[in-house]
Amino acid sequence: MSALTRADVAHVAALARLALSDEELDRYTGQLAVVLDHAQDVAALDLEGTPPTAHPFAEHTVLREDVEAPCLDRDVVLAQAPAVEDDRFCVPRIIGEAP
Amino acid sequence: MTTGAHPDETVVGLEVHTELRTVTKLFCGCPNRFGDAPNTNVCPVCLGLPGSLPVLNRQAVELAMAIGAALGCEVRPSSFHRKNYFYPDMPKDYQISQYDEPINVNGRLALPDGTVVGIERAHLEEDTGKSTHVGSSGRIHGADRSLVDYNRAGVPLVEIVSAPDLRSAAGARAYVAELRGILVATGASDGRMEEGSLRIDANVSVRAAGGPLGTRCEIKNLNSLRSLQRAVEFEAERQSQLLAEGGTVVQETRHWDENAGSTVTMRSKEEAYDYRYFPEPDLLPLAPDDAWRDRVAAALPPMPAARRAALLALLDDPATSQGDQVASVVDLDLDRFVTTATSRGVPASLAVARVANELAAIEGAGDLDADNVATLLELEDRGELSATQAKAVLADLAATGEDPRELARRRGYERLEVGALDALLDELIAQHPSEWARYVEGDERLSQFFVGLVMRATSGKADGKAVVAGLAARRSTWSEGLGDLGAQRRPD
Amino acid sequence: MTTAVELAAEVRGGVTTARSATEAALRAVAEQDGAVHAFLHVDADGALRAADRVDAMVADGRDPGPLAGVPVALKDNLCTRDMPTTAASRILEGWTPPYAATVVDRLVAAGAVPVGKTNLDEFAMGSSTENSGYGPTRNPHDTTRVPGGSSGGSAAAVAAGMVPIGLGSDTGGSIRQPAAFCGVVGVKPTYGMVSRYGLIAFASSLDQIGPLASTVEDAAVCLEVIAGHDPMDSTSLREAPPSVVAAVDDGVDGRRVGLVRELVDGADRDVVEAVERAAAALEAAGATVVERSVPELRLGLSAYYLIAPSEASSNLARYDGVRYGLRVDAEDVTAMNVATRTKGFGDEVKRRIMLGTYALSAGYYDAYYGQALRVRTLVARAFASAYADLDVLLGATTPTTAFALGAKTADPMAMYLSDVFTIPSNLSGEAAIAVPFGAGADGLPIGVQLLGPARAEPRLFAAARVLEAAA
Repeated sequence: MSALTRADVAHVAALARLALSDEELDRYTGQLAVVLDHAQDVAALDLEGTPPTAHPFAEHTVLREDVEAPCLDRDVVLAQAPAVEDDRFCVPRIIGEAP
Repeated sequence: MTTGAHPDETVVGLEVHTELRTVTKLFCGCPNRFGDAPNTNVCPVCLGLPGSLPVLNRQAVELAMAIGAALGCEVRPSSFHRKNYFYPDMPKDYQISQYDEPINVNGRLALPDGTVVGIERAHLEEDTGKSTHVGSSGRIHGADRSLVDYNRAGVPLVEIVSAPDLRSAAGARAYVAELRGILVATGASDGRMEEGSLRIDANVSVRAAGGPLGTRCEIKNLNSLRSLQRAVEFEAERQSQLLAEGGTVVQETRHWDENAGSTVTMRSKEEAYDYRYFPEPDLLPLAPDDAWRDRVAAALPPMPAARRAALLALLDDPATSQGDQVASVVDLDLDRFVTTATSRGVPASLAVARVANELAAIEGAGDLDADNVATLLELEDRGELSATQAKAVLADLAATGEDPRELARRRGYERLEVGALDALLDELIAQHPSEWARYVEGDERLSQFFVGLVMRATSGKADGKAVVAGLAARRSTWSEGLGDLGAQRRPD
Repeated sequence: MTTAVELAAEVRGGVTTARSATEAALRAVAEQDGAVHAFLHVDADGALRAADRVDAMVADGRDPGPLAGVPVALKDNLCTRDMPTTAASRILEGWTPPYAATVVDRLVAAGAVPVGKTNLDEFAMGSSTENSGYGPTRNPHDTTRVPGGSSGGSAAAVAAGMVPIGLGSDTGGSIRQPAAFCGVVGVKPTYGMVSRYGLIAFASSLDQIGPLASTVEDAAVCLEVIAGHDPMDSTSLREAPPSVVAAVDDGVDGRRVGLVRELVDGADRDVVEAVERAAAALEAAGATVVERSVPELRLGLSAYYLIAPSEASSNLARYDGVRYGLRVDAEDVTAMNVATRTKGFGDEVKRRIMLGTYALSAGYYDAYYGQALRVRTLVARAFASAYADLDVLLGATTPTTAFALGAKTADPMAMYLSDVFTIPSNLSGEAAIAVPFGAGADGLPIGVQLLGPARAEPRLFAAARVLEAAA
């Protein structure tokens, strides 16, 4: 059995900026625990000698020349914004500095 | 650590972020420019719009490699990771950075005083947007809303992390000053701390000398050398006091309050934030080939330490007070004014002094023509201009860029014709026979009398040395017996 | 029904007009979509304008391209400039991108006429299109059944004959599985063959855009139009893509085909029999079919359900109510983020975000995400090993035919299990095609799956064509 607890789910929900009701917390904990149980077949393997594959085909990255390309028109950019002030995106107050 | 023992050794490690001088951002073709109207230098990529993807800027990689080479790092294959956290100035709510495979590792920086500071790593990452806080104080606390400009989002940064090898606030300052000089010399950075091109986070702890490392606090976002020094001083003392009183230092992030002159807690949480780093799937690994690395290393211009040494070598006595002047010349990137002058025979001591003092004070000095300045210094060196006159002509040169000889002439500083001086001397000697007689008999003070007369008569244009030489020459021919002339002129 | 190839030939040849083809498509949509709900947005005016442009080119003596006048459906996770793009989520309700996906531009440049945006599971997370924030799509063969997912809308639109071609995206089977359920051809190209620029990301190292079509040839033409290096996508393959249209009639003579046990075990009997019949058809056409076991493929499901949610948890962080889309106001920005995301995301999306956040979190990374990346290596190596002496692999696409709406919604794990045969190709990044081959006892379509190594699309299309002819 994976050790996924209600507290774990509450913690990751907060990290992911999601609010869960008690009922949802219970339900999701159950559902996620099932998935993680299933994943124990992977977690339990001894794969120390096997390198991880982050990209399917290990080519090296392309590089772009340092040349300007057209930007978006500001009106277009701000037209989709939920709130605008002074040509900037307006958000409710920020509490605290960036982590 | 024994309770009551006053820890007196400060340990500082610094993380310096520099914006790179590229034309465009790290992952898109938007201009990398400071000061433009908000949200005008943005595109789907740097705004993180759904469906957008990053593509790495070759020049940013080149500059990162140059920084690595300049700091003696191993430049190696690297990869990108995502650093995940929510913040409104981050368009994707993750930052593309480098984590356990950074492009540069294991370098060193030698300070002018000989201290060597280890450079653990210098890696590439993207900058965030900028938020301004609106409402009560304009500071983040008390604001009721914030306004975000994404022009800066995606600007390339290199983060340089030092080993905790610094032992004082002054040392920390010296490190950043030297690092800044190196970054500017490589062309990677413009070093403008006031524009935010260079930002510093300081990790400060204290310990008993020779003891284990103490708990450190991070002071974030210092943006001047002065605040760096003051903040480190304050923090070291704060921790020291705290420990001496039997308290413990809490590992935390603090902010330097310039007005209060103190650091204050930013985050009270003791645990590190969980950034959930994982390999950036949208970017493949970066592996510059040997040819590229060699090219970058070979193209490095001389670094400040080497340039200071080169100028000092020009001075007859290197251990002079002109060391500060030399440092200033290099720091302001005015070396060529000295070397152009010395290559034309101007003494290094004069060149260094004039460049460090008078030239440096001129705004836009770097744009002046080095040959013109050298010509001016030659005039001063030959005595054709006095120090005061030379400084005045320099100001004219800065304003007009014209040939200093022409500028001197316009000011009326030009040398008198040799012939004109001779005629004048003869005339003055005839007009002042008793003073002349005393001079001829050996009273040297009278030479100054005649110099004064010549200067008044020529409005200061005469060369004092030439006048004295002219007087001495007449005295000797007088004595050699142009006798009837002398007899004629001698008073009865 | 006219195929895309036939239609394009007719339009280029002046036999018919793009406008009339588009009008026909719009009529079909209007008549049928009430029952099917394949489309989230139909742009009749835009489509007709595009059609007219194609016709003008033809009149001018210029060639509009290989898809001239062909109406196409675009999965609503593909950014379009003139139509909203929602990823079937309420968090992007009404959002119109200021740019278009590369594949959309390429289709239009080839003369295609985008008719509308099709339904999907929200953010492509699902296997039935029931996770859409705008209601499910129904299988045209039986509207009590799901069309599959996540590209259920595009699959249904093609299956219902509304359009000849649809674009979908495939992360764990999201093109192939709905193709199988709806009885159409679905292609997951080699990773990097088709640009992801403008595809709203779900799992970046797994996502690929691909065609859904009623014929193998149509799918090949579409793939050729959209494939190829894109400087806007760093993971885009640099080498020029292989020609697939020319290869369609290559046949399978001399091909070595492996019928993979792990791509059949656990499937319904009907499905297993269909795969066996497909094997026989390939043999009859000159291929050699052998049975092969690739046990590592069994690990694929777990690895996928760690990798995909992990990448998704990061890709979906940007939906925070700050710059576009839904915002639910609050006193401070963090509360606003929470309120916005809680309201805007559906259950499955939340589940996967939390699962992914957990798998990446401190203390768990090595056991879950890190470990899954190693399993990925195992899967890739296992395929490579198989391809040492085999050209093509054969298996089922899905364990069952289309299930009933609501049948699997109560149990996420049950839903995930329907991806077991498609996931391995996403992990390895290699190509795979689902081809309709017969029907189940319930009369619902069955699709068999052909797999090949990277850039092996030509031989896959050739094998698919053989099966299409034999079906």
